[in-house]
Amino acid sequence: MASVPRFWRGIGSRYNLEGTRCNECGEYFYPPRNFCVNCRRVGHIEPYKFKGTGEIISYTVIHTAAEGFEDQTPYILAIIQLDEGPRLTSQVIGNPEKIHIGMRVRSVFRKLGEDGEGGMIYYGTKFVPENE
Amino acid sequence: MTIGIVSYGAYVPRYRIKVEEIAQVWGDNAEALKSGLMVYEKSVPDIDEDAATIAVEAARYAMVRSGVDPERIGAVYTGSESHPYAVKPTSTIVAQAIGAIPNMTAADFEFACKAGTAAVQACMGLVSSGMIDLGMAIGADVSQGAPGDALEYTAAAGGVACLIGKNESELAAIIEDTYSFTTDTPDFWRREGMPYPEHGGRFTGEPGYFKHVTNGAKGLLEKLGTKPQDYDYAVFHQPNGKFPTKAAKTLGFTKAQISPGLVVPKIGNTYSGSCLMGIAATLDQAKPGDRIFATAFGSGAGSDAFSITVTDRIEEIRNKAPMVSELIKDPIYIDYARYAKHKGKIRRS
Repeated sequence: MASVPRFWRGIGSRYNLEGTRCNECGEYFYPPRNFCVNCRRVGHIEPYKFKGTGEIISYTVIHTAAEGFEDQTPYILAIIQLDEGPRLTSQVIGNPEKIHIGMRVRSVFRKLGEDGEGGMIYYGTKFVPENE
Repeated sequence: MTIGIVSYGAYVPRYRIKVEEIAQVWGDNAEALKSGLMVYEKSVPDIDEDAATIAVEAARYAMVRSGVDPERIGAVYTGSESHPYAVKPTSTIVAQAIGAIPNMTAADFEFACKAGTAAVQACMGLVSSGMIDLGMAIGADVSQGAPGDALEYTAAAGGVACLIGKNESELAAIIEDTYSFTTDTPDFWRREGMPYPEHGGRFTGEPGYFKHVTNGAKGLLEKLGTKPQDYDYAVFHQPNGKFPTKAAKTLGFTKAQISPGLVVPKIGNTYSGSCLMGIAATLDQAKPGDRIFATAFGSGAGSDAFSITVTDRIEEIRNKAPMVSELIKDPIYIDYARYAKHKGKIRRS
């Protein structure tokens, strides 16, 4: 998992899907950018909190997990397109047999991982099917 | 001055284990347990859920219901006996996740099953003194029961958040008064570093639960000059179904008064969330003008009693977040092995 300061710097975007939006062209950015890739120096970047709803663009089901995630197999890892446009990779909590591309999802607050029994617990956003 | 509940939110994990499933592991009589405890199944947290994630989900639902600016919140207090960290507040995690930081105070509360209502009382004090505008009080737990212990049949997971304020136009329910009854009674405890609590068996009943619940409730009724018949609903801490039913009868409340808030048969004892869950389930169906009498109990031991009157605003906010009945429907049932994995009772090394 990330180092403590590295995780701490991203708490806003991990907990609350805080990103940015360019007021010049209207594009949304997640993770947050402080510079618009379209408008460049004429862009006006402002903080934006995403609604937390979107749909699954693609997914995979993990059966052989990395260290620290063994207890969660099989679990779903998906690329989610937020309704505002940006895409992100996240775990989706749900039945792997019912997951499908195009499924509507909403954000929830969960544990992302932890540094062993004595280390820091990393919290943040995962997704669940929207109707659950 | 009028103090009350601006909004509330509840959260219950989706997994359940039935009493039969636990009983068959330990060779116990499931039917005797179900009729004795009046508990049929209990909620189980997902592998990635703990008291902090439950507190956040409940607090977020309370914020959705209220529609208030989170920067108005001057205090976040989370009561739990399963805070994920021994040192590092759960309440800062909640405050960050609901956007209330940084101009506010936060702390964690612990008083067995009544830490959530203790947080409500603290917020009432800060709000009424004018120190803060709004206070978020939460009771959330992923409670522990040792394998094979009687507690394993009821120790469940869930949480409730209450946003406390004093602007009359914002209040969904007015808290007319509160009263507490507290003694040093060692009926239940968990020592530092120990994974499971221990308890005094039958001693938790009369000297613990019933003495404190009845004295707390009687104290508030006498203070206000009210009678059980003056209330439309009643909620008593629900470690099982039997205790609150017996306490209600002793005090003169009817089954009809406690029925809407008695959620323990379906989800078990959510500890710091228990009494607040009953209040939330009652607010889910109460009409403007209805009166609710509630008494929380925490081992160790103490009780917090509340007299609540529902306002017109309840109708405006109620449907903006899931009701308790919606949260507990459509559960996923798991067997004991998976339950043990979810609760960290199985260790790989």
